[in-house]
Amino acid sequence: MTHLLLMLMAWLNASGMGSVSDAADLRFQISDFRIFERSVTIAESLTDRSIDWPDWSQWQRVLSLRDYNTRIVMLGTGLLGLAAGMVGSFTLLRRRALMGDALSHATLPGVGLAFLLAPKFGLDGKSLPVLLTGAALSGIAGVAAILYVRNLTRLKEDAALGIVLSVFFGAGIAILTIAQQGAGHVAGLESFIYGKTASMIADDARLIAGAGLASLIIVTLLFKELTLLCFDDTFAGSRGYPVLLLDLVLMTLVVAVTIIGLQAVGLVLMIALLVIPAAAARFWTHDLKRMTLISAGIGGAGGLVGSAMSAVFPNLPSGAMIVIVCSVLFFLSMFLGRSRGILVRVARRWELNRTVDHQHLLRGMYELLEIQEEPGVATGRNVPFSSLLSMRSWSSFRLRREISRCLRNGLLVRNDDQSLSLTDSGMVEASRLAHEHRLWELYLITHADVAPGRVDQAADAIEHVLEPELIVRLEGLLRQELATQGVVPSPHPLEQIAADATAKTATAVADHSLTSSQKDETP
Amino acid sequence: MNVIENWSWHYDGWIVLAGILCAVSASLPGNFLLLRRMSLLGDAISHAILPGLAVAFLVTGSRSSLPMFLGAAIVGILTALFTEWIRNLGEVDEGASMGVVFTTLFAIGLVLIVQAADHVDLDPGCVLYGAIESMFVDTIVVAGNSVPRVVIVLGSVTIINLLFVVVFFKELKLSAFDPALSTSIGFSARLMHYLLMVIVAVTAVASFETVGNILVVAMFVVPPATAYLLTDRLGVMIFLSVVVAVASAVLGHLSAVNVPHVFGFQSTSTSGMMALCAGLLFFVASLVSPRAGVIVRIVRRQKLAQRILSEDLIALLYRMDERSPDCAVSVSELCSVLLCRRWLAAWLMDWHARTGHVVPSESGYRLTDAGRRLGAELVRSHRLWEQYLVLEGGVTVDRIHHQAEKLEHFTDRELRDRLDSVTAAPELDPHGSRIPSEHTD
Repeated sequence: MTHLLLMLMAWLNASGMGSVSDAADLRFQISDFRIFERSVTIAESLTDRSIDWPDWSQWQRVLSLRDYNTRIVMLGTGLLGLAAGMVGSFTLLRRRALMGDALSHATLPGVGLAFLLAPKFGLDGKSLPVLLTGAALSGIAGVAAILYVRNLTRLKEDAALGIVLSVFFGAGIAILTIAQQGAGHVAGLESFIYGKTASMIADDARLIAGAGLASLIIVTLLFKELTLLCFDDTFAGSRGYPVLLLDLVLMTLVVAVTIIGLQAVGLVLMIALLVIPAAAARFWTHDLKRMTLISAGIGGAGGLVGSAMSAVFPNLPSGAMIVIVCSVLFFLSMFLGRSRGILVRVARRWELNRTVDHQHLLRGMYELLEIQEEPGVATGRNVPFSSLLSMRSWSSFRLRREISRCLRNGLLVRNDDQSLSLTDSGMVEASRLAHEHRLWELYLITHADVAPGRVDQAADAIEHVLEPELIVRLEGLLRQELATQGVVPSPHPLEQIAADATAKTATAVADHSLTSSQKDETP
Repeated sequence: MNVIENWSWHYDGWIVLAGILCAVSASLPGNFLLLRRMSLLGDAISHAILPGLAVAFLVTGSRSSLPMFLGAAIVGILTALFTEWIRNLGEVDEGASMGVVFTTLFAIGLVLIVQAADHVDLDPGCVLYGAIESMFVDTIVVAGNSVPRVVIVLGSVTIINLLFVVVFFKELKLSAFDPALSTSIGFSARLMHYLLMVIVAVTAVASFETVGNILVVAMFVVPPATAYLLTDRLGVMIFLSVVVAVASAVLGHLSAVNVPHVFGFQSTSTSGMMALCAGLLFFVASLVSPRAGVIVRIVRRQKLAQRILSEDLIALLYRMDERSPDCAVSVSELCSVLLCRRWLAAWLMDWHARTGHVVPSESGYRLTDAGRRLGAELVRSHRLWEQYLVLEGGVTVDRIHHQAEKLEHFTDRELRDRLDSVTAAPELDPHGSRIPSEHTD
């Protein structure tokens, strides 16, 4: 029974191997079993469903890096995460996040062919350099195929990636199936599909470190060029940078990272390392240099923590744990990220809404006072809550909240009869806001040729974001229209607001524009 | 080749049929994935449904088809939903959000499976390891014949997909090309999107339960892409994609059985070869597609280049003829002015001689009346354009030649007359050369 599950595992890891002939099938299962043994120490008890919580000594063992093997694995996966995170941030910004997906599948036929052809050239088909060379060559062929489909046919990027991914992988499966019929010792090959995290040896870690260092050097040297490529490739082309060559460099980096990663964590999980850390880092910063660093950090942390988790909990496969740790970091970043995180954006939105409410309240007070009497001397006068509420489509809860905020800040005072008055500082602020609103209304009427009945709403939408410099320019622009000093008189009759107060939202707007357009015609 | 010799309807027939059904069922919805630029979704969903399968195992404790389909369909929709949420909420690029979602789901599924591995009671028939060749283990008796279960499952999925595409053809088409219009006239593009996701998920799980998911991922993308290169009409495209899918399934099995023998190996993976054959068909289509093929475009460009060169040769002869009437010019002289390859110029002049534009003599070629007329037309176009560019385009005199040199090859009689009237029928062009008058019969 366990045997069947191992086959299941094999399918899962291989992300769906094709069909294999019976004899080969058996060999696969056997080698899978080996991999299974290596990567997951089977729990002693076969009956309980829970994860065995490790005792303190196990934690200690892993955290103090006492085991040679744990040390190697954590170092290797950490470095791999660093390298993949760094390269991934460029592919993400180039909108090619899934490029790694296609290229990692594209390396497979090369591995098989290298294994089959190496003996003909007197080389050992299982030696790592030979296999990696094959993988690199077929990865580059995959890059060429992507460029061919994208540039020379009318298909788009996604189709190019999908075609290369599936056709190359199909070819790889066909070749590997043939390779298995040969000498029968192909155990080294499957690790390209499944990964062999738990059995990583020092040489693998060294290889990852070497490749990571090489890609770090390339990225550092070509940082400016790659930045340009990612943000504006047309501009890069017009400045004489070889865009196609840079694209090739970027894709070669992806291939390089993918190949060394395939050995370590397997196909699908490698894609995760290329995509997730970069996507997570995007939430934290707008600066590419910082984003690359953060992305590498997240990738490295994912590798370290993930492999540590799988060392502590013997039942958890390390490749999957690395991905899950990375995704947890992604979701944390998505919510908490400092520059694009959801919470930050919600807070910004909330802040804006508060400012808008605040300004609406003060301007509403001013306008209501203005209807009552001549402005300026109205400081002590009262405005009942009900007329404020009917001015706009705000809920009484929202209005009360804003009123109490203004009371706290000393802009409003509450009278004995529960009506409200502006304080002196409140009056200053309110007249400034009314002035800005009317400046924009005037501007719309005189320069944008908008009917006076419509300007109130249009100005409403923009008044909250007017900069002081813009106000000065508006005042300069409207010097002729501004006959008086101080607050501009409203260009449309304010009584409307009071009249509208009885009607509700939609009808109010319709009435508003109707009556004012009639008034337009009379003078 | 021993194609027929080793063929057994009882064995190969079923395999090819299963391959065809898988390919057709995947390529039908694949057309719409391609048009919506979501080709990689097939790949993503076929990985992402893993936790759905694992949960179906855990909940039911056994593996039967229905819970697995249900689990796969639910997770398929969840994949689409999560991808969209992450894209909208986090403002992440679509590819990246897809990458995040499907790898995460895959990893979760992997962990679930490992946790469930020791406990779920699996029977021998429930191997998920897709292998067409092993489908004869599991057969169902239908009307007295034993039919592999795979064929039944895939057959029903194919019929469902076919019905889906036929019944919702108009809605799918509209929502693929213009989602906003589709929603505004009452077919919810979003609903179609999720229906498509369900279809993709169900197709993926049905296919790789039986034939391995590499085949289904390939068939979601490659046949529709091939068909897309061959036609501009959606109906034709769907039909062609089905044809390509069937062809690659048949060719794939034949080559899986026969090609390795050539190199002294036994037969290889049928699914892998089917994917590879689909890829080869795509490559051929991309080369020879009647309108957009790479070769067709190269040939067209070469023909245009030759026509332009042949016209340039006649125009040059005409200009030399203007200076010293009835002169003979050798090919090497022509080449030295036009900087073209000698053999090409010789070949084109030979062609001109055969069509009666020039006559050869010992010292070179001389224009005939027909050739002079052609040359006059070209030179007239050229000089009228120069005049026009100076008068109407405001281009300075030293920059007009190159523009006119390009435009003269695409100017017909009608356009020349309009240029003539716009520039007030000048005698001389801006360089002071005489503009030849239009030939009248």
